[in-house]
Order: sequence, then C-alpha cells, then structure tokens
Amino acid sequence: MAKTETSTSQASSTAAAAPATTMSILAPAVAWLIPGAGHLMQRRWIRGALIMVSVVAMFAFGLAMDGKIYKPNTGDLLDILGFVGDVGAGGLYILGRIFNWGSDAITYAAADYGTKYIVVAGLLNIMSVVDAYHIAIGKKQ
Amino acid sequence: MILALQMSHFTAAVTFAFFASIVYGITQRNTPRDMFRYGAYCFAMFIVLMFIAGWIMWFLHH
Repeated sequence: MAKTETSTSQASSTAAAAPATTMSILAPAVAWLIPGAGHLMQRRWIRGALIMVSVVAMFAFGLAMDGKIYKPNTGDLLDILGFVGDVGAGGLYILGRIFNWGSDAITYAAADYGTKYIVVAGLLNIMSVVDAYHIAIGKKQ
Repeated sequence: MILALQMSHFTAAVTFAFFASIVYGITQRNTPRDMFRYGAYCFAMFIVLMFIAGWIMWFLHH
C-alpha cells in the first residue's frame, strides 16, 4: 500500500514537473482541431484512426439525422451547454458553422438523436484531446 | 436537410454505444488489451442498461 502511494505520488510529481514541450502544446491543439490527429502525430496510428472515425462518424450521423448545431449566446442555459459540447468537435464545429450545417429547430425524434450525436461527438473529442496531452507529457504510453 | 437519415431508436442507441465505447476504451486504459476489454465492457453496459431503461419506460407507460 505504502509502495503504491509512493509510486503514485512520484508519478504525479513527475507529471507536474514535466516541462512544457512543443508536443505537449501542439498535440492537444491539433487533436481538438482535427479529431484523432493528436494521436496520429504521436505515431499512435490505430488509436488515432479509431478516434477520428468514431468522432467524425458520430458528427456526420448527427447531421444526417437533421441534428441541430448550437450557436453561442442564445441566452438559454441548455443551449449554452449544447454549445460547449458542440465546440469540443473543433474543426468539425467550425466547418458546420461556416457551411451552416444542421437544422435550426428539432422537429422530430430522430433529429433529437442527431443533436445528441453532435454534442457527444464534441465531448468524446475533448476526451481524446486530454488523452493526446497525457501521451505527450509521458503520463500514458 | 432533405434526405435525413432515418434510424430506429434501437439502431441509433446501438450506433451511439458503439462509437462512444471505442473512444472510452482508448482514452481510459493504457494497454491495447485493456482498451479492447474496457471498450467491450462499456458497449455491453450500454446495451444492457438500454434494455433495462426500455422496460422501465414500458412499465411506466402501461
């Protein structure tokens, strides 16, 4: 038990003391902008490809189901939360806003699913951004 | 959008579970073997809980 606690504290202190490298800054930024790219640029080819396919497919399915892409500053709390989730998809969200993808209003059940798909695609991408950062600082292989 | 993808509730939920489980597995575990096992576990839990939630809603409705 004591040994485990020691190794855990050593690992956390090592991570905390790790200097900010170019990769530790670049990998999360690229991972946010292009889902899976943070892993690909660190030569985690299979993980990166799987994350890219999963996030892009969820976002695309969401759009195909007539899901809504949330916009900032609507004033509604639920819309703000939806926006926070959506913006996690990075480049996909930016493209969606540029090309005005998605519907403006949810009119049937499948469209509601689509909206959730888009939000969760963003949230999953945030998880992959954190993972790419952990790989970059050596906390994870 | 004119040609909206029409999925059943079940298909939509299974597709959701599949992609979410892949990302959970990759991000929450360290070795490929553990990633696969945790992803499969998450997918199974999604499906089981979906059936349980479905039956609960059926009983509430009837």
